[in-house]
This record gives sequence, structure tokens and C-alpha cells, in this order.
Amino acid sequence: MVISRKPSHFIVAALLAFMPLLSFANDNHGAHTQTTASQEATTAMGKGHEGDHSSEGDQTLTEEEKKVKEREEFIQHHLLDSHDFTLFSYGNGHHVGFSLPVILWDNGLHIFSSSKFEHETAVAESNGNFYKIVHGQIFKTDAKGTIEYEGHHPTNKKPLDLSITKNVFMILVVAFLMFVLFRSLANSYKKNNGIASGVGRFFEPIILFIRDDIAIPNIGEKHYKKYMSHLLTVFFFIWFLNMFGLTPLGVNVTNNIAITAALAILTYLITTFTANKNYWGHIFWMPGVPVPMKIILAPIELLGTLIKPFSLTVRLYANMLAGHVVLMSIIAMMYTFNNMIGSSLSFVLAFALSILEVLVAGLQAYIFTMLTALYFGAAKEEHHHDDHH
Amino acid sequence: MTIPNLVGAGLIVIGAGLGIGKIGGSAMEAIARQPEASGKIQTAMLIAAALIEGIGFAAFFVGK
Amino acid sequence: MEQLLGQFSLGLFILQAVIFVGLVLLLKKFAWKPILDAVNEREEGIKNALQSAEQARQEMANLKSDNEKLLADARAERDTLLKEAREIKEKMINDAKADAQAQGEKMIAQAKAAIEGEKNAAMAELKSQVSALSLEIAEKLLRDELSNKEAQSKLVEKMLGDSKLN
Repeated sequence: MVISRKPSHFIVAALLAFMPLLSFANDNHGAHTQTTASQEATTAMGKGHEGDHSSEGDQTLTEEEKKVKEREEFIQHHLLDSHDFTLFSYGNGHHVGFSLPVILWDNGLHIFSSSKFEHETAVAESNGNFYKIVHGQIFKTDAKGTIEYEGHHPTNKKPLDLSITKNVFMILVVAFLMFVLFRSLANSYKKNNGIASGVGRFFEPIILFIRDDIAIPNIGEKHYKKYMSHLLTVFFFIWFLNMFGLTPLGVNVTNNIAITAALAILTYLITTFTANKNYWGHIFWMPGVPVPMKIILAPIELLGTLIKPFSLTVRLYANMLAGHVVLMSIIAMMYTFNNMIGSSLSFVLAFALSILEVLVAGLQAYIFTMLTALYFGAAKEEHHHDDHH
Repeated sequence: MTIPNLVGAGLIVIGAGLGIGKIGGSAMEAIARQPEASGKIQTAMLIAAALIEGIGFAAFFVGK
Repeated sequence: MEQLLGQFSLGLFILQAVIFVGLVLLLKKFAWKPILDAVNEREEGIKNALQSAEQARQEMANLKSDNEKLLADARAERDTLLKEAREIKEKMINDAKADAQAQGEKMIAQAKAAIEGEKNAAMAELKSQVSALSLEIAEKLLRDELSNKEAQSKLVEKMLGDSKLN
């Protein structure tokens, strides 16, 4: 078999194939333990919700199991957005990092520092309202921090949370970085007689690649200029954030569904508002098929336009999430094995996976940009191919 | 997550994996046959793989 | 699905959308437009430079072929000139030869004629002198002979005999 001759390829392919399975299996398990953990916290504050059950479960755990649970919790926590920027934490409640401003809209503006939450353990008070963080999200509560649950999900009211969270902070950092970087590249052309200098020399070929290999073939020579800004920004934005996600800073912006959804919905809106008659014609009245087919196809095609941004959203989200979960799980396995062979093996595996993740970071940015360009191209497609139908 | 859900998720992964594998294999053959068209084939391959992956993920999340 | 929606934060979504649109617009104005313009300009420049280089090459080739043509022309002209010169030289030599020959022949003929004339004149002179001498001799002889009768008749007879023989 071919597989036996290409063991490394096979291993990589197998890893890729099992990545989603691993991550989501892990994901759900982690979510469960986290719920238990937060329940513990509520128990500690004297307002237990199924408190007896969780503490009972806690007592049956051995020391080793507790550690495993702690690691799972850490991974789970890392994957969520947070209201303060924690670089790392150690021991019991020692955090190294800094607080970020919390901005809430709850019948009026509430602005206060996230240090009030004391790393998601305390109830914060602002202008007579009380807030508490559960699963990284702010809920309105009373002075004692009561959280009502339905299943695993709190049912308390959620204020509109416009805080500068860790993700927003990183978005701003990347936006600033991109602005400085590409502004300097733009300026270097003026200063240097049309030749890029400095770090721009690295980015210029990528810009040209996006123009020549993504925009022009997919959108067409005629219309591509209009979309270039969006495509370039999307590509570098996603790429930079993905790469930041691989640094040990604990950044995880692109594996947040709200971020990818915002990006995909922008693609959808631009596609919808710049589409020509031909595009809508193909959706509502597919040319070249019998009338009953046209009536059946119209809702399918319309649904298709909605599935496209959804798949964009989920693809980027799931790929980055899976990568983070697998990588962190393997790193955590180093401590679980706690012996020379197992730990060094998982170190090697983590190293290989990190390299793979660098590739995936670029690939996902490329695919997102590519598909965005493809959808734009569909919106701008000319009439000419109709005679084939 | 119940057992049927897990089985469903597994089936989806198998299906998507087979699909992507088929695309990759065909693309390899195509590149071997026409190495000069490898750029275009790669682009088409990535798009097709991304579409299947998208459907796979969508189904995965709906099933979960 | 449930978990997905549970994680979804509307505030983050709004902030991301706003920041991203702002970023697109900002970068469009301050970065992408100048960069793409500069790149386009440079590409146009390169294209033009290539085109003009091609043109220059073409011109060079034209010039070269022109030069070659001129050179060939010059060479041909030189050849013809040389050929002509050679021809002229040959002709001159031939002419000179023919002239010399003619002159020589003429001179020879003249010389021959002169020699002939001289010879004739000398012959005539000789003849006249010979005849005069012979007349003198004959006169002397005759005087001697005629003084002797017998001898006279003998002579006459002899003469008659001679003339009969003639």
C-alpha cells in the first residue's frame, strides 16, 4: 500500500483527520468539568447550586485526577475570552497580567476596571448594579452573586458587553500593528523610488500573491480592484491573529465564534450589496432549467447564500479551536506522563504540531480570503456563460 | 453528548475525510499528469476541500 | 450548536465588526491604495522599460542589418572598383602591347622597305657600274679583238652560235 511507503504523510493525515474529533470530545468534557468548577465557586460563596452533588463528586477524586481536571479547566479557560489579560497564573490565584476596562450597556453606561471581578471570582458593583462572570461572560446578578442555572447555562440577564476584553485588546493590537506596518510599507515606496524597503520586502510578495493568485483569477480583471482592500485586510488580519495565537501569550482570537462570524457576515454583506442582476437571477430564477425546477431551486439557492458565510465562520473557528485544543492537550500530557519517555515524546509531538499549526494559520487565512474572493466573484460574474445551460 | 450524536459525528468525520482524501488523491494524480498546471489544480483542490470541510463542520455542529 | 450559541458574545461581535470595518477603511486610505498604486506604477514602469528595451533591441538589429548592408555594398563597390581597375590595367597593358607590336611591325616594315630600297638602289648602282665597267671592258676587248681579223670573225661566229642557242 502507498500508506506504508509514506509513514510521515500518513501520520500527519491521520492527525488532521482526528483533530476535530479529539478537540470536540475534549471540548465537551472540559465544559462539563468547568461547570462543576464554577458550581464549586458558587458553593464556596454559600449560594450553592447542586452544591452537594459537586462537592460529593470532588471528594471521590484522587490527587492525580484533580490535577488532570485542573489542566482541562485551564485549557477550557484559555479557549474563552476573558476580561483581563492574564499571561500566566500559578499556585492558588496568583495571576501575572493586567486588567482591562469593562464597558457595559445596561440601561446606561457602566465603565469599570476588570480588577473588580478579581479574576472572575468576585461580584463587581457599578452604579448600584451587580455583575458576575460565568464562563467568561458577564451576567447581571444581585449583591450575593446568585446565578440561576438551566441545565449548564445561566439564565440571568446578560447586559450588552462592549468591554475591551482580551480578544478586543488583541484585535486592537493587531489593527495597530497592521496599520503601522503597511503604512510604513506604503511610505517606503515614496521614499525609495517605488521599491519596498525593510520589513515590507517580506509582505510585498504576499500582497502581490493575494492580488494575482486570489483576487484576479476569482473576481476578474475588471472588478477586482474594488475588493482588494477587504481581501488584503481579511488575509493579514486572520493570519496575524492566528500567528499570535501560536505565541505563548495566550491569545485566542480567531477561535472565538463571534470574531469569525463578524468576518464572514461582512463578506456576506459585501457580496449581497455589490451583486449584479446575473447573481440574483441565478438564485431566484435559475436560467436553463424547467419552471418547476426553478421554483424548487430558488429556496435552496437562497439557503446556500446563508450557508456560505456560516461555513466560513465555522471553518475558521473550528480549525483554530481544534489546533489550540490538541496542542494544549499534548502539552498537558507532558505533565500527565511525568516520565522521561512519555514527556519527551509529547514534547516532540507538540513541536511537530506547532509547526503544522504555523502552516494551518497561513492556510486558513488563505482559504478564508480565497473563498471570500470566490463569493465576490460569483456576485460579479458576467452573463457570458449562460449559453452553456 | 449522547451515543447517537457521537456516532453521527464520527460518520460525518469519516465522510468528510473520505471526500477530502479523494480530492487530495485526484489532485495528486492530476499534478503528476500535468505538473505545469499544479498551481491551478492546487487552488481548485483547496476550494473543494474547504467546501467539504465547511459542510462537515456545519453538520458536526448541528449534530452536536 | 447550543454551546456555540452559548459562547457567542454579541458585544465582541459588534466591537469586532466596527474595528474591522474601521481597519479596512483606514488601511484602504493609508496603506492598500498607495501600496497597490506604487506596485502598479512599478509594474507599468517595468513593462514600459521592457518594451523600450525590446524596441531598442529591434532598432539595434535594424541598425546592424543596415550596417551590414552598407558594408556589403562597400565591399561590392570595392570589388567592382578593383575589377575595373584590373580590367583597365589589363586593357592598358594589352593596348600598350598591341601598340608596341604595331609600332615594331611598322618599323620593321619600314626598315624592310628601306633595306629593299637601298638594296634596289645599290643593285641599280651596281648594275649601272657593272654595265659601265663591262662596256669599258668590252670596249677594250673589242679594240683588241677587232684589230685581229680572225679573232673578229671568230667572235662573230661565236656570237651567232650563242644567239641561235638562245
